[in-house]
Amino acid sequence: MISRISRNFLKPGNKNENGMGKKTRIAALALAGITFAGAATLSSPGFAQDRPGPGAEAVQVSDEGKEVYETICQACHMADAKGGGESGAMIPALAGNKNLADKDYPTIILLKGRGGMPWFTDILTKQQIASVITYVRGHFNDYHDPVTVADIDRVGSANPPVPECNTCGH
Amino acid sequence: MIENFSAPTRRDLLSLIGKVGGGAALYQAMTALGHATESQFTGPPKLTGARPGASVLVLGGGLAGMSAAYELTKAGYKVQVLEFQGRAGGRNYTLHGGDTVTEIGSTQKVGFAPGNYLNPGPWRIPYHHRTVLHYCKQLGVELEPFSQINHNALVHHKNAFGGKPQHFRDMMVDFKGHVSELLGKALNAGALDQQVTAEDKEKLLEAMREWGVLDKNMTYSKSMAVADQRGYERAPGGGVNGAPIPNDPASLSDMLSGKVWQQMGFYAEYVMQTTMFQPKGGMDQIGKAFFKHVGKLVRLNTKVTKVTQDDKGVTATWQDAVTGAVGESKADFMVCTIPATVLNQLDIQLSPEKKAAIRALPYGNSVKIGLEMKRRFWETDYAIYGGHSFTDQAISLISYPSAGFFKEGPAVLLGAYPFGAGAYQLAGMTPEKRIEAALAQGSVFHPAEYRAEFLSGASVAWSRMPWILGCCATWTEESRAAHYQNLVSMENRIVLAGEHCSYYGCWQEGALLSSLDAVTRLHQRALAA
Repeated sequence: MISRISRNFLKPGNKNENGMGKKTRIAALALAGITFAGAATLSSPGFAQDRPGPGAEAVQVSDEGKEVYETICQACHMADAKGGGESGAMIPALAGNKNLADKDYPTIILLKGRGGMPWFTDILTKQQIASVITYVRGHFNDYHDPVTVADIDRVGSANPPVPECNTCGH
Repeated sequence: MIENFSAPTRRDLLSLIGKVGGGAALYQAMTALGHATESQFTGPPKLTGARPGASVLVLGGGLAGMSAAYELTKAGYKVQVLEFQGRAGGRNYTLHGGDTVTEIGSTQKVGFAPGNYLNPGPWRIPYHHRTVLHYCKQLGVELEPFSQINHNALVHHKNAFGGKPQHFRDMMVDFKGHVSELLGKALNAGALDQQVTAEDKEKLLEAMREWGVLDKNMTYSKSMAVADQRGYERAPGGGVNGAPIPNDPASLSDMLSGKVWQQMGFYAEYVMQTTMFQPKGGMDQIGKAFFKHVGKLVRLNTKVTKVTQDDKGVTATWQDAVTGAVGESKADFMVCTIPATVLNQLDIQLSPEKKAAIRALPYGNSVKIGLEMKRRFWETDYAIYGGHSFTDQAISLISYPSAGFFKEGPAVLLGAYPFGAGAYQLAGMTPEKRIEAALAQGSVFHPAEYRAEFLSGASVAWSRMPWILGCCATWTEESRAAHYQNLVSMENRIVLAGEHCSYYGCWQEGALLSSLDAVTRLHQRALAA
């Protein structure tokens, strides 16, 4: 399958402004098809989309998993991580979500997106992705083994397919 | 009789070309004559001669769905539209006083004064979005200018000019001044002699001197000539103190910290260029105008739960959200405009390829916040009439109303319009906290007035709108290559439409162009069946 995030691959000018150090940036470039942009908006949003213009660059996203959750994830998954909506138009719950037992499962989705959810490689650094997955698995579920940047690198290199979406929203 | 011998007018000529060569030839000719622009609109499809009794079921009563119903009805089809919400229009949406905003997790009552409004979705129409403009004209939607670029509006960066907002005009003039001076120095030092002929070098130096407003030494510095673009310390006046006094340009380094090239680049984009329009009274006037024509075909509060198709037709199973009644609607063909975020959760009989395409379409998120202020202090105290002030904070910008200039009484500012991280941050807040954040951040532009004049606010976080769960489709080059044709192809009796099925994503123009293309193909298919 064609990876949706490969468009960022080695794209010049994807300067990281979210604090990813030089070493991690080199590691990111080594990942198959994945780099992390520091830009605050989804890049290449499509042809000629209406947009605000020069973006909210000063929006700082913390490296703390809890804060990443509160400033990014709860826009959809809600503060209690129980998701919402009604049948047929659901935002999935992350609390008590058995799919999260496999820590690679949320990692793939954050790297590649799934269904209506976009990938987050344009907005979050690898550290932020690792932190927030650790937080969601541990705080809203009972999975306490941490997810590390090395895990993100491993999943990114393996480039696995996005899990099936027959139950998107459930 | 004399007019018979006169040369054909341009209109005559175009009409002739259209008759002989069809729409494509007409479009080419219009382009050559400087008429049409890059929206692919060549006029609404002239669909005629539907088979007697032929029927189409349309899912979704936004602009794509209602325009499909409008054109298909004209062609002779029997049309029914099923709409999930209690109102038609979809993202063509305006909040007025008394309206209720229902998000997942919260409800707001809009407290704006009569006549004031917020367009949470589309809000501006570029001059080349000819399909939208066509339907506005045809349906009698009155348009007025939308103020896009405003030289006197402000630009704020936390880390530039000590956090003090600067006028776009000042920064833009400083940018071209400093860049011109540097290019002039490089040219005069011979640094570009390999790249530039002696003749072109002279022209470039002249261009830099005039465009950058440089002095005789090719320096950008305080002068009356610069002030004539940048503005004055003391403006020209009458009488004894009539002589103007120029103001001080910013240093190269300060100017660079303000990154004004971002705004200059934004305003230079094709879709952001002027002239722009907005419907008088709110963007929802377009949806309402369509509804006047096709409203009797629309079944509101109708949630589609299953769609099947076979060789004979399509069937949608639905539930009435108000009465709970369950029903079925059948037709020969279907136009489905349900957004991909919801469509990917629907039990619908489509091929694996089309389902994969639907699943490959994440939606970006955006937030808009309307702030009603007691008075138009941006006009009276700042001489800002419409346009946008930009910031690098989460709100991204504030935008001043393009209508009602000089009016007394309350007016509504757009207090936030971000995509990306800023949008997630605001969407994740309660409506009350969003307003507080918008007031705190917007105060950088108008510190004395912003909180003091505030009356009430309303916000829409698109990621939490229960009928769409996002703002609009996000395509990439890769996903276009892999899925776009699969998404838009007519599959047996079903064709999809909406902004997500276009190359004009996130614009009403895309929704309408997609719909017109879909109904044209549906009609061909129906006649061939």
